[in-house]
Order: sequence, then structure tokens, then C-alpha cells
Amino acid sequence: MTATPGLDRRKGRSGWAYRANVALRVLAGTIGAYGVAALASMALTRILPFSRVEAVTTATMIAYLVMPGVTIWAFLARGPWRALAGVALAALLLGGIAWLAGQPAA
Amino acid sequence: MTMVRDGARQCMAWLHGWTGLLLGHILFVMCLAGTLSVFKPEIGRWMRPEVSGPADPSRAIMAATSWLSANTTGSTGWYLSAPDGRSNTVDATYDSDGAYLTKSLDPVSGAPVARDTLGGEFFYRLHFELQLPYPWGRLLASLAAMLMLVAIVTGIIAHKRFFKDIFTFRPAKGQRSWLDGHNALGVLSLPFHIMITFTGLLTLASLNLPWSITAAYGDDVMTMYNDLTPGAVSRVASGQKAALAPIGPMLDQAQRYFGAPIGRVYVFNPGDKAAVVTLYPVEQKAIGYLPAEISFDGATGKLLKAWTEKRTGVRAYQTVYGLHMAHFAPGLTRWLYFLGGAMLSLAIATGMLLWVVKRRERAPLSMGNRILERLNVGGLMGASIGMAAFLLANRLLPLDLAARSEAEVSVALWSAGGVLLVGLILPPARGWPLLLAVLALCCATAALLGPVWASDPVLMTGNGLLLATAAGLALIVWRQVRRKPIITPTRRRMVPA
Repeated sequence: MTATPGLDRRKGRSGWAYRANVALRVLAGTIGAYGVAALASMALTRILPFSRVEAVTTATMIAYLVMPGVTIWAFLARGPWRALAGVALAALLLGGIAWLAGQPAA
Repeated sequence: MTMVRDGARQCMAWLHGWTGLLLGHILFVMCLAGTLSVFKPEIGRWMRPEVSGPADPSRAIMAATSWLSANTTGSTGWYLSAPDGRSNTVDATYDSDGAYLTKSLDPVSGAPVARDTLGGEFFYRLHFELQLPYPWGRLLASLAAMLMLVAIVTGIIAHKRFFKDIFTFRPAKGQRSWLDGHNALGVLSLPFHIMITFTGLLTLASLNLPWSITAAYGDDVMTMYNDLTPGAVSRVASGQKAALAPIGPMLDQAQRYFGAPIGRVYVFNPGDKAAVVTLYPVEQKAIGYLPAEISFDGATGKLLKAWTEKRTGVRAYQTVYGLHMAHFAPGLTRWLYFLGGAMLSLAIATGMLLWVVKRRERAPLSMGNRILERLNVGGLMGASIGMAAFLLANRLLPLDLAARSEAEVSVALWSAGGVLLVGLILPPARGWPLLLAVLALCCATAALLGPVWASDPVLMTGNGLLLATAAGLALIVWRQVRRKPIITPTRRRMVPA
């Protein structure tokens, strides 16, 4: 029954601003996080100095660690737009690396 | 600084709550089924008590292939698991006349065993396919696992006193007790929880994160699979008939090559001139999944290809995969897997309950949370009773029933559905004790209806565990009923002691 002052966030929890804030972060933390993980796996696959199939397995394993990291970051970022921008930037960077590296030859 | 960190911690607690809640019931089903799957072969043995004694793997495979040769037509493949120290049947998946079948074959006669049942395979499939058609079940399971991974990490960050909480339990204090329990369950086997979630996601990687394959191979997935398993031999059926060569010599040669007993035998296009027999060793010697394979020409019995995986990147993936499957695990490790899984299931269940308890202690529950409160009763108990009903159906359904193994699954699903409905209809204060009592009754009956004093120690252990579970549940029910002799359906219910 003890309600510490920090827990009572009723005021900050209603209204469209709060909802939009959460919605944007959810967007960044779900589709955004998955996208960044997917692009990380693609970029890694193409730059890791392994055989094609070993690059695939290694990159996939690493990418799973990226996903929760991005999700958590999306909710810790200073503002919702910052969260979205950060995710977009990471995606752009990783996508760029993957694109520049190109599909490896057989 | 501390203010910022407290804010972040609260934010993580919020995220932990939502990611846990969203697919919590599905996660509970997955976890419970996965926990039981640790003992998949043993459950199979419990569910087929007519098959007695240990079986010789080679002889069992020979019996199975000769029975399948005589009793299947137009098969494209037989996928057989040899019996080992744990399982005592040949678990076979095969097609005949266009129908796909999963049967357990007697190690001596090679024919399907009398008690037609999926056995532990039911829990295993439920664990990652959720009884949904491909690929939706696996996708839903993947999504749930991704949420779980986030829930675990946020749970850790939100946590204040990590090691102190291992030793903290304050019973009968409402929210505080549930939180203590949830924390202890989560923290005590945290490395297991992280490992099992991460490796679980990875087992479905080709479905839930296939983009590295696209990056390296484009659309050419076939080449990827050839690269992944260079030992595989794939041949198109020739259309010409040819009897399968004796399988005994192939088994001998394979065992010499592996230096280990045979684990699985796949026969592609049996009865065709281009048939291929591929053998894999048991997985008990190393953690890695599919570390070696050897293939023979099915018609002549000549060796086609032998292959042992040595590439670091692939071995790493197989090791991670193998860590999840736990086929490698010897006795004690297997029990630790079981214990870890049980604790994770309970951590999920207590988390779901905590969501409601926490809110109920602060203010009257909102409509959504009142529904969730009942959904918890129906969902958590539905999953548990459904699984117990599956075991009970195994003992109750007559042996000559048509489509018996499917009927067992139907019983499980209908009971789960029924319980879900009961949980939604009854007030939780009545629903909990009633359904817990039903679960206890199901477990006890399942143990007592079969051969109680069997010579097989696996059957005895199974019965013992079921009875112990029933006794534990009965104790909880007794305490619940005694604690609340009068159930007052007040709207403003406060702390329920």
C-alpha cells in the first residue's frame, strides 16, 4: 500500500502527448529494432571475413543481441523523435555498409 | 545522477511489464511445453507402457525399415529416430499414399505400437508451433521469444538489489510476496533464462531473421543449404523400382565412422533406384546439433558421402542450437534444464499475476485489468490442465479408437478451451481453487489409471512426479479454501491477505 512519490505518475500518464510519445517509441522499439537487427545481420554477413555460410550463421547470432538493445534504447532515449531518429540513423548506416559491401561472390 | 538512473529504472520496469504481459499467456504455454519437452523420450515411454524394456538401436532400425518397406507406398521419405537409453521406440515420420504420419514403431516388430500417441512429441511441437499451421505458429513463437528477450533484459535493469533478492521472500504479504517470488524465480536461474530465450530464437532463425541469408545468397536459398550441410546428398527419384539394400551393414559402417551409436536414419525415396539412406550419430556425445552425417546409396548400399562438421562458424551455430535442444545433457544437467524451465514458467505466471495484484492494491481494477485477472485464471490453468488432460486422455481413450493420437490432442485442446471459458466466467476467487483442484485431480488420475507399479523406472518416476504435483496443488487449494471461508464479492476488494 505504500505509494512512493516516484511511482505516482498518473498525471504524466494520460493525454495524447503521452500516448503519442509511447506510440512513437513503440514504433522505434519494435519495427525499428527489428529493422536495425536485420540490417546489422546483412552488413555483418557481407563484411565478416568468413566463408559465406559461416558469415551467415555468425552474423545472425550477433544480430539477435542487437534487437533487445535497440528496443531498450528506444525507450531510454531523451525524446520519442530522438528515438526514431537514432533508429533511422543506425538503419541507414548499417544499410549503407551492406549496400557498399555488396553481395559476396560464391 | 541517481535521479536519472531511477527514472531509467522505472522506464525499464514499465517496459518489462508490458513486454511480459503482451504475449505472456503464449509464453507460458511455450515455457511449460518446453520444460516438459526436456523429457520428451521419457514422456513417450510413460505414454506407451506396453512397449517394455530397453531396445537395441540397430535391430530396432532394421525392424522399422523392413516394416516400412512392406507397409508404405509411394513414400518420399522416412525419418527415423533410433531408440537410445531414454526412448525405447523408433520414432518415425513418413508419408504413404500422400498422407504424412508420425508413429512410434515397436523396436522388435517394427510395426506401430498399440497405443497410438504422439507422446512427448506433442509437447515438443506445441513448444514452438503452438498447434498453429506453418509458418504462423513458429512466427508467433518467435515474436513471443523476442518480447521475452526484451522482458528479461529490462527486468535485469529495473532490478535494484540483485543478489539480495535471491534470499528475500516475505510470504503472505500480497504484492510484496508475489514480487519476491517473481524476483527469486527470475534471478535464481537468470543465466538459464537468457540462454534458453536467445538460443530458442536462434533455432527459428531461418524463419524469423533470414536477412543474412538474403545478404549473402540473394534468392538462392538452395545454395545456402548446400553450403550449410555439404554432407547432404539429394537425388531425384528415378521412377525405377529397386528394393532397399540391407540396412545392417550401413548401420555398422556409420557407427564405425562416427565412433558413436546411430541417432537418426533418414531414407529418401525408399523403394526407388535412386534412394538415399542418410545416418546421423546420437547427440549425446557433444552439444553441437548434427555434427556429422554419412549417406549410402539405398539400392546398392554403397557409401556415397561421409562428412564431419569442422567449420568454426557453423559449429558455433550448432553449439548454440544444441544448447537449446539439450539432447547432449546427461542426467543431472537434464534435470537442471527441467528445473530452469519450470522456474521460467513460474516466473512468467507470477509476473502475469503481479500485474493484476499490483494494480488491485492501488485502486479498484479497471475493466481491462478485471478481464486480465480472469484471463490469467483461464489462460494459466487452461494451459496446465490441457497438458494434464493430454496425459489423462492417453490412459482413458480405448486402444482401438480410430485416429487415436489426434483424439488425444483434441482432448487437450478442448479441455484447455473449456478451462479458459470457466476462468473467464467464474470470479477468480472461486476459479483459482476450483481449477487448481481440477489440475490436481487430472495429474493424480493420470498417474493412478496406468500401471502404477511398473518395472520401468521411467514410468515410476513419471507417476511419482504426477502424484507429487497433485499433492502440492492439493495443499495450495486446501490453504486457499481455508483462508477464505467466506467469499465476499465486494467491488472494492483490497489486499486479499
